[in-house]
Amino acid sequence: MKANCWTGRNSVEVQDVPDPSILNSRDAIVKITSTAICGSDLHLLDGYVPTMEKGDIMGHEFMGEIVEVGPGISDGTLRVGDRVVVPFPIACGACASCRAQLYSCCENTNPNAGISEKLFGHPTSGIYGYSHLTGGFAGGQAEYARVAFADVNALKIESDLSDEQVLFLSDILPTGYMGADMCDIQEGDVVAVWGAGPVGQFAMDSARVLGAEKVIAIDKETYRLDMAAAQGYTTVNFEDVDVRSALLELTGGRGPDKCIDAVGLEATHGASHVHLYDRAKQAVRSETDRPHVLRQAIVSCRSGGTVSVIGVYGGLIDKFPAGAWMNRSLTLRTGQCHVQRYMQPLLGLIEQGTIDPTRIITHRLPLTEAPTGYDLFKNKKDHCEKVVLTP
Amino acid sequence: MKTDTPSTSPLQHDRLVRGLGWASALLGVPQVVAPVGFARALGVDDTFRHRSATTAVGVRELAAATGLLGRPRPAWLWGRVGGDLMDLTMLARALKNHDGRGLGRTVAATAAVTAITATDVYAAVTRTHRSTPMELTAATTVTAPPDEVYALWSDLERLPDFMAHLDEVRVTGARTSHWRANAPFGKAVEWDAETTQDVPGRLIAWRSVDGADIDNSGEVRFVPAPGGRGTEIRVTLRYDLPGGALGKAAARYFGEEPHQQLDDDLRRFKQIAETGEVVRSEGAPGGKRARGEFPQHPARPLTENELKEALA
Repeated sequence: MKANCWTGRNSVEVQDVPDPSILNSRDAIVKITSTAICGSDLHLLDGYVPTMEKGDIMGHEFMGEIVEVGPGISDGTLRVGDRVVVPFPIACGACASCRAQLYSCCENTNPNAGISEKLFGHPTSGIYGYSHLTGGFAGGQAEYARVAFADVNALKIESDLSDEQVLFLSDILPTGYMGADMCDIQEGDVVAVWGAGPVGQFAMDSARVLGAEKVIAIDKETYRLDMAAAQGYTTVNFEDVDVRSALLELTGGRGPDKCIDAVGLEATHGASHVHLYDRAKQAVRSETDRPHVLRQAIVSCRSGGTVSVIGVYGGLIDKFPAGAWMNRSLTLRTGQCHVQRYMQPLLGLIEQGTIDPTRIITHRLPLTEAPTGYDLFKNKKDHCEKVVLTP
Repeated sequence: MKTDTPSTSPLQHDRLVRGLGWASALLGVPQVVAPVGFARALGVDDTFRHRSATTAVGVRELAAATGLLGRPRPAWLWGRVGGDLMDLTMLARALKNHDGRGLGRTVAATAAVTAITATDVYAAVTRTHRSTPMELTAATTVTAPPDEVYALWSDLERLPDFMAHLDEVRVTGARTSHWRANAPFGKAVEWDAETTQDVPGRLIAWRSVDGADIDNSGEVRFVPAPGGRGTEIRVTLRYDLPGGALGKAAARYFGEEPHQQLDDDLRRFKQIAETGEVVRSEGAPGGKRARGEFPQHPARPLTENELKEALA
């Protein structure tokens, strides 16, 4: 089959690889009908996530039709022919973390848990196409994929919603939603969202659904800010204004009640000297992540407010504003999305028409043009917001 | 959660080891105190380089002396061997560039160092072969009641499903079993074991009987986890690792760090207890061989041959 593979820093290639096979009894094989490029794939492309190997298949946002199920899939759960969306974190459904609905912290699905434990203190779940640190699972930017513990992970789509309407249930829609959910939004809350990429847009939509009074989008790409403005959100371009001052002005001097970091470790900063400082430290590996957004969100948030982090961090950061965080009673909440927790309720919101996930799609390409898709998305060419690939 | 308790060293009262320790001290003191005279005695001329090399060698000898006389370990003996090789290299260079004055003394020194090297290698090799008793502990929590977890573990023939170093366990009697394991460097070791304690739902303990390739014993305790979270499993393994400290260091170099291995074993036991099987990925298709698979198979489907090998 054809698959989009990582071939080194800043390079992906569509290659011919063997078809997937059942490795565990509760596996299923899915014939992929739609797959997407995620912002976090760019961290892999750019070489910020260790333990990538040449030839790894990329991609953790995919859906399709089940063509084979393992012998451990009990009757009545999944059948050949079922149309499913696959969540990016692999959950076993049985460990203490899964029972507590902390699916991305599953204790059993990462065969390389020993490595992730060394980096993170405790192991995290397996993730498709996301380095060997998260298990070395083949990704979904391919014609077929193996889905592990398919019976407790794959979400069956039984209505006639299109692929584009449900594909993002695999990651970015629940991720954005969890960002807003962790904010515990109250009546009258102003929610500021850093990053108007796909996850940021969904965090904004979710904040509105969860009752935010005002939603503020912060970015520097005008086309992305325009996309947010079209939904009625207030925009702040950090290249034109000082973010903290702008937020104070927009909130009557209080600061946003809730702040969402939908950017993560590859942030850019309006002030070039600050950006260069962190870029240099990152280059010599004395910090792995550039935490401009996290710092700015903590300093900007109103006292007693919540900073919710859904942008990906991988290692260590520098100059964490612990004083602001501690003295002003801020709550910091975070996590890789526990997708399985949100899929069903979000599917309901899509069916009702409350959320329209298709609004962010700007590019549709065949799988064979995946490298072009990465180039468009990474370099923000042609006003690229989200690329959907079809095998 | 793990500990590693090496026993008090049997080398403390080893005459050869103590002798080498004193030899290091006797050599180190004049090298550090009077490097000029020492260099002259070797028949090498008095340059800044020769003087500082002599001082450095003296410091090294004193370190070796402190180690061998204070807390002797085979590593110090191997350190001496390394030092000897360094000295021989320097003397060979001195011989090559010799101006002729005191050549006889340099030749004699080289001969002496060669003899010392032989003694050191002998001491290092023979003392290293003494095994080091080791104790490893690890713990995990499984979301199942103690009785179930105990039942799973007491099926000894299933231990190789999750314990990476075990190839086979065969139950040979009511309280006896035969174990076959792979040791570092591809060696196979076998032993007969007897169950010494068996308290259903709480404890299983075993030890190897006389004549084992590696004397070993172990126990696993099953304790209800607080808050109804299932069972805490605490494993303790004790064994005499062949090759002692050096074997341990070498094993670590080849990726067979014993603590890590036990941790990974328990992780796989948890996978079996909670999900029914050891989880495989395209990158780590061999299940319990995951750690031995680095660098891993790329995260892409396996060819038919690779698949056969991985699932074998």
